[in-house]
Amino acid sequence: MTTENNQLEKQSLKNVVIRFVGDSGDGMQLTGTQFSATSALLGNDIATFPNYPSEIRAPQGTVYGVSGFQVHIGENSVYTPGDDVDVLVAMNPAALKTNISSVPPGKTIIVDTDSFTKKNIAKAGYEENPLLTNQIDPYVVIEAPITSLTLEAIKDIGLDKSSADRSKNMFALGMVYWMFSRPLDHTIEFFKKKFKKKPLVIEANIRALKAGYNYAQTLELMPSPFVVLPAKMEPGTYRIINGNTATAWGLMAAMEKSGLELYLGSYPITPASDILHELAKHLHFGVKAFQAEDEIAGVVSTIGASFAGELAVTTTSGPGLALKGEAIGLAIMMEMPMVIVNVQRGGPSTGLPTKTEQSDLLQAMYGRNGESPAIVIAASTPENCFDYAFIASKLAVEHMTPVILLTDGYIANGSAPWKIKTVEEMPEIKARLVTESEGKYEPYKRDRETLARTWAIPGTPGLEHRVGGLEKQDITGNVSMDPENHQHMTKIRQEKVDRVANYIPELEVEGAQEGDLLVVGWGGTFGSLFTATNSMFENGEKIGLAHFNYINPLPKNTKEVFSRFKKIIVCELNMGQLHMILKSKFPEFDYYKHNKVQGLPFSVVELMNKFQQLLDNK
Amino acid sequence: MTDTNKPVYTFKDFASDQEVRWCPGCDDYVVLRSIQKALPLMNRKKEDFVFVSGIGCSSRFPYYMDTYGIHGIHGRAAALATGIKLANQDLSVWIATGDGDALAIGGNHFIHLIRRNIDVNMVLFNNEIYGLTKGQFSPTSLIGQKTKSSPYGNIQPPFHPGELAIGSGSKFFARVAGGDTKLQQNIFVEAEKFEGAAIIEVLQNCVIFNDGAYDKYTDKAVKMDAQLRVEHGKPMIFGKEGNKGLILDGLKLKVVTIGEDGVTEDDILVHDALDPDPTLHLMLARLEMPLVVGVIRAVPGKTVDELCNMRLKESRANSPFKSVNDLFASGETYEVK
Repeated sequence: MTTENNQLEKQSLKNVVIRFVGDSGDGMQLTGTQFSATSALLGNDIATFPNYPSEIRAPQGTVYGVSGFQVHIGENSVYTPGDDVDVLVAMNPAALKTNISSVPPGKTIIVDTDSFTKKNIAKAGYEENPLLTNQIDPYVVIEAPITSLTLEAIKDIGLDKSSADRSKNMFALGMVYWMFSRPLDHTIEFFKKKFKKKPLVIEANIRALKAGYNYAQTLELMPSPFVVLPAKMEPGTYRIINGNTATAWGLMAAMEKSGLELYLGSYPITPASDILHELAKHLHFGVKAFQAEDEIAGVVSTIGASFAGELAVTTTSGPGLALKGEAIGLAIMMEMPMVIVNVQRGGPSTGLPTKTEQSDLLQAMYGRNGESPAIVIAASTPENCFDYAFIASKLAVEHMTPVILLTDGYIANGSAPWKIKTVEEMPEIKARLVTESEGKYEPYKRDRETLARTWAIPGTPGLEHRVGGLEKQDITGNVSMDPENHQHMTKIRQEKVDRVANYIPELEVEGAQEGDLLVVGWGGTFGSLFTATNSMFENGEKIGLAHFNYINPLPKNTKEVFSRFKKIIVCELNMGQLHMILKSKFPEFDYYKHNKVQGLPFSVVELMNKFQQLLDNK
Repeated sequence: MTDTNKPVYTFKDFASDQEVRWCPGCDDYVVLRSIQKALPLMNRKKEDFVFVSGIGCSSRFPYYMDTYGIHGIHGRAAALATGIKLANQDLSVWIATGDGDALAIGGNHFIHLIRRNIDVNMVLFNNEIYGLTKGQFSPTSLIGQKTKSSPYGNIQPPFHPGELAIGSGSKFFARVAGGDTKLQQNIFVEAEKFEGAAIIEVLQNCVIFNDGAYDKYTDKAVKMDAQLRVEHGKPMIFGKEGNKGLILDGLKLKVVTIGEDGVTEDDILVHDALDPDPTLHLMLARLEMPLVVGVIRAVPGKTVDELCNMRLKESRANSPFKSVNDLFASGETYEVK
């Protein structure tokens, strides 16, 4: 390669998927987030997904200790972290072994040859050194002695060997920065800030980063570096946010908008705990994050806080939602506002705690005793967790009923650029608080339109009243075992949720507005479903996507949308739960379904193949 | 009351319009009336009282009080109360619960409420039986007790509420007989004054399923000799003649008679409810004859609701962020043009 005009030599790419994999102690999450942040600063759209084992520190070098971070950067909008990996950085044999199948032939693999020792090769389950066999022939393999070059680069700093060893991820990052024409300054600044009090660590990491960059440049590892141009994104101020942080912030925005204080009653559970961690930081805004003794105390204390007038939230994942079921029924009976966030994971039982799934939909809908309808909504991208957490809070306090917000491990841990919002641009939230009543206070007197009752909180003179789990007489709220009243109240509770349909947006279709195939999905699968549908639509297929964020109640135009297409396919990361709901609500349509329960998101290719089959069999 | 702005109530102000539906002769009536009589003595506004409960006979309590109230779900009253108190520290929060509700299905919340020392008052109606579900043994039922679910006699050893509470770090534990309205009122007022989780065990006779369970302590004929009422700073003297007392004999409590074997009043233990060391309190709570009633333990300490509130105020005052907008715009952001 000639170096006279580097600019011209660069290969321009529309989008690229890079995956960093190594031991859980190798700093792959940091490496990945640094690459993502630098790319975002250059104006690329990004989508990231960390993939780590459920063991905190699994034995070094083993396949179950492999931790990874995948980032998809693009000149176009990217909606998923990507299926196929264009560049795999594998820090040891186990990382190579567990990830090589994601790399299509012809793509690039960078390996640290120093880690391919006899011991590590055996630990990974290889019989011989894979770098010496033909199994790597289909790939462009860049073999670099990353560990020894890192140690060489920083040998005179005076860092002990294990600390020095830990800088090798930065050497690898430096190499990738060169490959993708990224500047180093963002990462350099990061280390200067993060390790203010550890100058040696700063020095070592910066040196390793630069050494990796220079090594790649000097050896001309690749015919020419890639460039990914900035994406055409809406102008504004952005930050990178993951779904759990966005959820916490959406709740906080709702707190400020409503003028209420925010109470979180929660018990640690993967993958929801990060919402608790985030909210626990923000005491200064009036956020009370209470770590309870168990899931039940988490939700029940939330009901207590709601009774006392706070914007009350509990966060959990599937097994926790099961434990909270009875209490959610109590809140439904008491007609108290409350948000229940369920960050779904693979089930049943403990299942796959760190992997994603959408198999709690029916639990959210029906997982309680008695006729106990709750509002159920779902976020569909990391960044719109903010909006749906806000909306969940709004619906809860305006309609005086529990709202279940479903997210999942995939969007909760995945991150994407978020165009920063302000409280001012969010819709109004009008809590139904009352401070006086004409005559005796009647807790179950309702708004005519929404059927929501009012909210009188302790400390308000003259409005003393009792609520509870026993069936109540409408209007007065007195205990009633009257048969007619129970039927009446059961209908009221259902009708109250049904009428929420008047306050939510209609279902919109992406792609073809009518035609051959309507793809139906909900929640965190939006990225893959949209990417697949959109690419086929752009190729001239009459295919559209109807993606649900509101599930109970469904948008009012659902049936009308369905009737515009010849075929409907419902795609879910479960065995067909939305499919079951749709079949019972709109039995006049035939539904195909596509389901996957592997703890993994849909790949765009599998979806496109499936859709093509349906389009071909007209 | 010197403060004329403070409303003055009578017990009637705290009685709701709901018909009370416990079995005739149940001690719950006595406790209800004791509370309704004690609340006006507490110098608090009516609207600041909240009564919460779980499930069981005694858990109907909130419906009969003209205050704010929640009749919750089985076992969870302590968790409800915790949420209410964390949300609003200015409220006076009361829990009505039973031995099944608090010590079986709600056992976890019971110990954690105490561990956190949340500033609420728990009235634990202990009748050593399940009443509402019609007569099964409870976690305080005695070994050998024949009930509907233990027709051959109960083989599960009982919890002693005082022992469990103190073992969980309780700072306030009191006990009173179900019929003793005077002492109940007295204890309720003390509990309200106490900052922290106040556990009050009421020995409540279930006239239907476990009638007479406490007769050996409460029968008029034996009462004076079978109950020792402790008061902070006073010697532990009891008995019809007022001449019996407790002394420490090695590591055990021993009943002695003043005037016999050279025992004088000076030898009798003086009750120190404020002693942080729970050893003696635990022995008093466990003593079977006489049964110790009154405030056994009342040790000042930090409450988690107060700490939470204090921290919140402090960090609010020191925060660089006045709006969540400031947080959203802080740290690593970038412009797209």
